[in-house]
Parts: sequence; structure tokens; C-alpha cells
Amino acid sequence: MEALFFWIFAVGLVGAALAVVLNRNPVASALCLVGTFVFLAALFVTLEAFFLAAVQIIVYAGAVMVLFLFIIMLLDIKAEAKRPVPYGKICGVLLLSVIFALFFDQVLTALPAGQSILKWSGEISSDAKGIGMILFSRYTLPFAITAVLLLVATLGVILLSKREVK
Amino acid sequence: MNPLTDITLNHYLALSGILFMIGMAGVMIRRSILVVYMCLELMLNAANLALVAFNRFSPVAREFDGQIMVFFIITVAAAEVAVGLALIVALYRLRQTTNMGDLNSLKF
Repeated sequence: MEALFFWIFAVGLVGAALAVVLNRNPVASALCLVGTFVFLAALFVTLEAFFLAAVQIIVYAGAVMVLFLFIIMLLDIKAEAKRPVPYGKICGVLLLSVIFALFFDQVLTALPAGQSILKWSGEISSDAKGIGMILFSRYTLPFAITAVLLLVATLGVILLSKREVK
Repeated sequence: MNPLTDITLNHYLALSGILFMIGMAGVMIRRSILVVYMCLELMLNAANLALVAFNRFSPVAREFDGQIMVFFIITVAAAEVAVGLALIVALYRLRQTTNMGDLNSLKF
């Protein structure tokens, strides 16, 4: 059962991610990105991280993608014109991917913990409770700093998008 | 052990690596600055997947430190997207383009 769901979501994830890169139209790319986020949330569920799956859907597939689509519509971006396929660059990327994959293979085979098999516990874990407990005890300071970061980001966005007053 | 039916930590890590590579390829190949930005999001999410997988397979049961880290990454990424898109809009107002090939005035 674990394997079936993992393979479905993994294939969907890779397909959607490839579609993000290969689509010429930015709107289609953004929609494929939504698919990527949804499949990723599903993989979080297979890892029994239910709270993070919900956060992933709400924050990424909700807020971030709305922002992306809003900017795409605002800038009125046309699909990229047909231009010659950059074969040189694609060859470079493929070469880099092969090297990366070889390194990755080395790292994974050297990782003894990597052989442990996924087994669903079959119970609905209270991971939201566990996260809340340590978020407000051990991680209180980072949590407060994140609040400041969000405030700074808000101010920065307002300043950046304000028109110059002459 | 059958690699098709027994899902291990390595499966998730390999998937995370593949997702990261796709994002990196997009950053290198695509010219539209918005799509490059989407591919950066893909790379961030690849890191998130690896962290959640490590957390699930950690020998200490009922520890959520990896998930807390992902929680913070999602928060910071949301702020980063807002600021980055504001920068792109400011750039578009200045230059009327979102093609990376046209933004080369800092190039030597």
C-alpha cells in the first residue's frame, strides 16, 4: 500500500515539475506548479506529516500561487516567442545532472539509515499537537523572529511597490 | 528487499534530488524571470521533502524538529515570494521586460 501511493505521487510530482520547466506559457507553468505542490502535500501525508501537508496546500497552493498568477496577469506576459532551442545549454544541464546523480548515488549507498523501510503506523498521529508543543517551548525565539521577518517583508513590499512621490 | 514494493528513506531522498535537479535545470534554461522564480520554489520544496523524510525515519519516535524546520522554511519562502515578486514588478516598471536576456546592464 505504501509503495503504490509513493509511486503514484512520485510520478505525478516529477511529471508536474517537468511540465513547469518545459511549458512556454507562464500561466500553464504556474498551474503545473500548483500540481507539483499538491503532489508534494500528498507525499507529506505518506510520511505521516498531516499538519505540514495542510500548511503546504494552504500556503503554497493557496497564497503563493495566487500571488504568482496575480503578477503574471498584472505584467501581461505573453507566451515566450519561439526561439531556437538552446542545445548547448541543454547539453550542459544534462551533463550536470549526470554528475549530480553519480554523486547522489554515492551518498545514498553510503547511508546505512537509508535502507529503513517505510511502515504506516495506521493511526492518525497527533502531529499538529506535537509541533505546537515544541514550537511554543523549544522554538519560541525563532517563532518570534519569524514574526519580525514577516513584518519586515510586509514593509519592504509596500515600499517597493509605492510609486515615487515627486 | 524489493526496491519496487519496499519504500525506503533512499526513495524519498532520490525523489528530492530529482526534484532539485529539475528546478536547477529550469533556472539555467528558462529566460522568463517569473518561470525562473517558480523553479527556485521547486528547489526549496525539494529540500522540504528531504527534511520531512528524515524526520519520519528518525530513530527517535515522536520528535518533530525536522517538521518544525520545514514549517519555518515555508514561512520564510512565503515572505521571500512576496518580496521577490515586488522586485520583479519594480524591475518591469523600470525596463518593461521580464526577459533575463535583456537585463544585462551589470554584465561585464
